[in-house]
Amino acid sequence: MSSVMTEAPHRAASPADDPDPVVRLSGAVASLGGRPVLRGVDLTVRRGEVVALLGANGSGKSTTVKTVIGSVGLDQGGLELFGTPYPKFRDWRRIGYVPQRTTAASGVPATVREVVSTGRLPQHRMLPFRRRDRQAVDRALTAVGMLDRAEDSVAALSGGQHQRVLIARALVGTPDLLIMDEPMAGVDMASQQVLADTLRTEVARGAAVLLVLHELGPLEPLIDRAVVLRDGCVAHDGPPPPAAGQHALPGHDHVHPHADYSHADAPHPNTPHPNAPHPNAPHPNASQAGEHHLTNTPGLLA
Amino acid sequence: MTEMLSYDFMQRALIAAVLVGITAPAVGIYLVQRRQSLMGDGIGHVALTGVGLGFLFQSNPVWMALLVCVAGAVVMELVRARGNKQGDIALAMLFYGGMACGKMLVSVSAQSSGGSGSLDSYLWGSILTVSPTDLVTIAVLGVVVIAFTLGLRRQLFAICQDEEFARVTGIPVRLLNLLLAVTAAVTVTVAMRVVGVLLVSALMVVPVAAAQQLTRSFAATQAAAIGLGVVVSLAGVTGSYRADLPPGPAIVLLAIAVFALLSAVAAPLARRRHRHAAPAGPQVCDVVLPKQGGTTTDRGPAASQGLAQ
Repeated sequence: MSSVMTEAPHRAASPADDPDPVVRLSGAVASLGGRPVLRGVDLTVRRGEVVALLGANGSGKSTTVKTVIGSVGLDQGGLELFGTPYPKFRDWRRIGYVPQRTTAASGVPATVREVVSTGRLPQHRMLPFRRRDRQAVDRALTAVGMLDRAEDSVAALSGGQHQRVLIARALVGTPDLLIMDEPMAGVDMASQQVLADTLRTEVARGAAVLLVLHELGPLEPLIDRAVVLRDGCVAHDGPPPPAAGQHALPGHDHVHPHADYSHADAPHPNTPHPNAPHPNAPHPNASQAGEHHLTNTPGLLA
Repeated sequence: MTEMLSYDFMQRALIAAVLVGITAPAVGIYLVQRRQSLMGDGIGHVALTGVGLGFLFQSNPVWMALLVCVAGAVVMELVRARGNKQGDIALAMLFYGGMACGKMLVSVSAQSSGGSGSLDSYLWGSILTVSPTDLVTIAVLGVVVIAFTLGLRRQLFAICQDEEFARVTGIPVRLLNLLLAVTAAVTVTVAMRVVGVLLVSALMVVPVAAAQQLTRSFAATQAAAIGLGVVVSLAGVTGSYRADLPPGPAIVLLAIAVFALLSAVAAPLARRRHRHAAPAGPQVCDVVLPKQGGTTTDRGPAASQGLAQ
């Protein structure tokens, strides 16, 4: 790990070269319900850069993103967005946010178009929703391939389709910074491809992207820099960790939301696994249910 | 019909019914969307304390109830926004404290002043006794509620659909949340005279629940819920005049009947819509699995028995 940490950032431009990075979070300390979650996180996203936030569950990835959008307050440290200190920042139209998808549906039906239209609020504000707002919604829905479902209820969508709608909602204001929390979690392969393509288009347009990822996966070629968090501290900030085959080790088993989730070629963010298993020993985190199944089946047959 | 309309008290009752039929579902839909359906009920309980204070100080119970409801609704919103784990308990204290306090204050005022007002008319509503002054109050408050809930519907939809995202769009989420809570409190006090504090929440929730049996969009649900609210309120008041029934319970039972009816027809209607949308039908589902032969994998005891036979 220490060798990785001492590596120079692969970009020539250091934070000092860019006076106004898109995001500058410095020394962030934050807590959730009294429990410290971030313990001094520094995070910079420069213009047009794609930064992945990696780390194990509970390492503070999502909380970091929530401090950047201001929904979790900082106990200590500073936050600047587009060169403006957070308390004075008003230019919300420059930010597109894709929250972690939840399965909790709202109590009243809403169509795909209605949900995506809320992303246009920074543009029309108190004024009526006009034709150019409607066109922007159509463009965003086309970009994620959901225009034909515009009048359907969001409750009728699959997980992947729902995620595409949330991304369209963030794109509808053509933001300069896209913030996405686990966009690939629980998303089928077809939607993953759409998401990767959409992201590529946005990066080509010049948008900066801050992504929370569980693993690099199909987005790996797009990522300029990876910031790995561990226990609320930055453990690595530099090029994405190489695809060392921790996942290929026998016995290394992640429990993923979807069975079709491809992880054979994805690298683990923490290069030396904390519980590096003996190749033949059962992984300590291996699914209990699976083991029961294996041991119980012969008993049933007998 | 004309005979009914010739009475002043019936004219006022019908106007009040229309106003409540519009405002209660117009606010209620946001509470339902946020899964706070019972917030109206809680505010109703708190309103009783206001009514009791009104009796005690010999002032207008409606204005007193409004003040106390607004305070209670703001407290509920602050508890909700903090996401406190004890929030549930705090709300329970507020609800039952409000109700008990109301009854206590009414009893105290009855002892001191010789029993003036009746709590019953606030518990169950008394739309037929709405005075011209009451009607002006209801109308002014109702117009404010309608202007807020329909004028800011995009903003309110956004904060109730996904509060965190709404914050990133730069709209003043905290202010709108507080205003929504205050508006709910105003609606409860407006509806109190019509259906009573114990049934206020029904008129905020049931028309929305009934409407969404048939709708797919938020806008259509809101429009249909307001339409249903007006229809059941008018029908309930008219029916209670004809059959000499209490108007509040009549309105609520009618709304529940509409809900039952719509949820019964919702499934067949949806099936018909799908048939029209896709006349060809999905063909993938019609794949015939081979019934016998060694290629089928063992699917369990049933399949094994079939093979054995």
